[in-house]
Amino acid sequence: MPMSSSQLLSISTFVFALAAFFYMAALIFKKPQLTLPARWIVAAAVVVTTAGLLLRWVESYQMGIGHAPLSNLYESLVFFAWTAGVLYLFVEFKYKKPLIGAFVTPIAFLAMAYASLSPNISDRIQPLVPALKSNWLIAHVATCFFGYAAFAIAFGMSSMYLIKARNPEKSDGIMGHIPKLDVLDELTHQMVLFGFLFLTAGIITGAVWANSAWGSYWSWDPKETWSLITWFVYAAMLHARLMRGWQGKQVAYLSVLGFAAVIFTYFGVNLLPGLHSYGKV
Amino acid sequence: MKNANPLWKFFCSVKLTIVLLLSLALTSIIGTVIPQNQSPDSYLHAFGAFRYQFLSVLGIMDMYHSWWFQGLLLLLTLNIVVCSIDRLSSSWKLIFTRNPKVRPERYSKRSDARTFTDKRRVEELVSAYEPLLARRYGYCKVTRSDDVSVIYGEKGRLSRLGVYIVHLSVVLLLIGGLAGSFFGFEGFVNIAEGEAVDTIRIRNTGQIHRLDFQIRCDDFNLSFYDTGAPKEYRSALSIIDGGKTVKQKDIIVNDPLRYRGINIFQSSYGKLPPEKMSRQDMPMIGPAEEYTLKFTSTSSGMGYTITAKVGVPVDIPEGLGTFAVMAHEADAKFRGMDVGAALKGILTPVEGEPVEILLPLKFANFDKMRGGNVMIAVADQPREGFSFRQTAEERYYTGLQVTNDPGVWLVYTGFVLMITGCFVTFYLSHRQVCIVIEQLRKNSRVTVAGIADRNKLAMKNITEKLFTVMTDS
Repeated sequence: MPMSSSQLLSISTFVFALAAFFYMAALIFKKPQLTLPARWIVAAAVVVTTAGLLLRWVESYQMGIGHAPLSNLYESLVFFAWTAGVLYLFVEFKYKKPLIGAFVTPIAFLAMAYASLSPNISDRIQPLVPALKSNWLIAHVATCFFGYAAFAIAFGMSSMYLIKARNPEKSDGIMGHIPKLDVLDELTHQMVLFGFLFLTAGIITGAVWANSAWGSYWSWDPKETWSLITWFVYAAMLHARLMRGWQGKQVAYLSVLGFAAVIFTYFGVNLLPGLHSYGKV
Repeated sequence: MKNANPLWKFFCSVKLTIVLLLSLALTSIIGTVIPQNQSPDSYLHAFGAFRYQFLSVLGIMDMYHSWWFQGLLLLLTLNIVVCSIDRLSSSWKLIFTRNPKVRPERYSKRSDARTFTDKRRVEELVSAYEPLLARRYGYCKVTRSDDVSVIYGEKGRLSRLGVYIVHLSVVLLLIGGLAGSFFGFEGFVNIAEGEAVDTIRIRNTGQIHRLDFQIRCDDFNLSFYDTGAPKEYRSALSIIDGGKTVKQKDIIVNDPLRYRGINIFQSSYGKLPPEKMSRQDMPMIGPAEEYTLKFTSTSSGMGYTITAKVGVPVDIPEGLGTFAVMAHEADAKFRGMDVGAALKGILTPVEGEPVEILLPLKFANFDKMRGGNVMIAVADQPREGFSFRQTAEERYYTGLQVTNDPGVWLVYTGFVLMITGCFVTFYLSHRQVCIVIEQLRKNSRVTVAGIADRNKLAMKNITEKLFTVMTDS
């Protein structure tokens, strides 16, 4: 019997869990060599998730309601884990600082686990409601989630920074394998730049879409407003860093604050009334 | 900061920018927690008279248009404009010069400058290294003096403009938004099927606005998925201008009609109250003892018209089972959706369980989406010679959003500039490289160093690579 996309995505949840476990073990038991297999496990998780998402896309066409798998909370959580995995692999292979994975893979795993295990989230493929039937769907969701994923990784790096900053001189054991403070600071900045560009693109594609669906590019709906709040926080952070030379802890705290705004934009807004109700559980 | 004016100094500060951005972030939260633009009654009910007074003074019920929120936006705009003018005026010469000034000591004295010696003479080295820079940098210049030669290369000078593009885009967005709110409108109108209107109601204020043409709704249709979720709302609209129909289009959500700068969007729908329907042109299928049904076989495509008494099963041709009409319902619901009057029946296939079937009188093809072997529809009553559509009991109205926004092109220009500007600012930088070659007694000393206005880590790598290439050759 052929495998369904739900099964594939359940498997990828476990692969993400395994990767997170290896990275955490490397950190807790002070065995940095464990990060070597861990990166390949992340790669495997990304491959399985990719297959799962593609298969889900195909399945939706077989059901006669074909659409990209980006239309409800379940699909968006899986897509978030996928973008976080892809972006993390890029960072890992470019900068070769594997322990960052200990702060990123758990986030991807939590997203997958929440999608798969929460009783409130349906993993059924549902047809698109009229408002979502648009070519802007893919552009809007993809840009937003690459932005969110970059901010999630920046958040992981900033958490690392704040832990390391308590004892920056300590170089024995695992602490010595955590990247140096200035490297973490620079990497966080790079991630925030990437995230900011994609968040900006996400807000803009959303505005253009809203204008073509409802005739108004901005209506201060809570999700729109919260994405703008997130944008304000990161804009403040970039100005603080570039123009006022803020570095280190101050910027790390702003990055954590920014990610809190991201989380609220994603989940918290569902508690408030508004247009983006199809993201609700 | 050449201007000593304290007001100029105040608006020149990046500290102000950060304070304003974080204040905007913080205050924006209020409007997401307190619902905006509700009726005064609902606020009074929720907050009580005293707090309602307080909130309305602060404009919290429409906070994004309140004086203080708009004030913050105005301050931010002034801040952006003043900062940009101030900084651009000081870097203008640097960006738009034809012959950039090169100060070799600025490079050779850098702590990350790399130095090595080479046996070749200065002139030989210049001719060896110049192509290296000329290939990689758009601008390349060699300056020779008695015993020191300098090769200078730079690129991406215009990328220094990226940040001003972003700032310009923010100003355009704000101007575009203002233009829209002053000169545009956002209204709505409900049009019954077959009727035409030329007035709409403005959202939030409730004022009447007259259009210089008429919108007629020729037809409204809605369809559902098998799950009962709405699939499509479709209104067939005609634009009547000067007594003539000048444009016709079916609009659905995400595909509006645009005419003379005015955009018409599918927004909602509803049923007309019964008194709005005249009996003469809207004969109804009411509760009756028998109904005429049309069965269409999916496999053969054949249609069969059969009259069925309520409660008595009839055989469906082609051996597709039996069907019995059970009841007429005036206000039926299909999975929570209001579908108007409908017949309820039970289909019993030859094999398998009987299924309950709903046949809304308004939608002829409603049963098609069930995807069964046979599609069942209600034909008109035997004694009346009306086609099915005319016998529909319900009439619908379509809810349209009608907008006009003369500022939208400014906003879209702002969007394009913002993405471009962000990309340029984040990923391009002004890179300058300098190779200083000095004649010593027996050999030459070469110093190479590079600087960039942004992304200094990448520049360091580039300089290192250049150093490797130079020492290898």
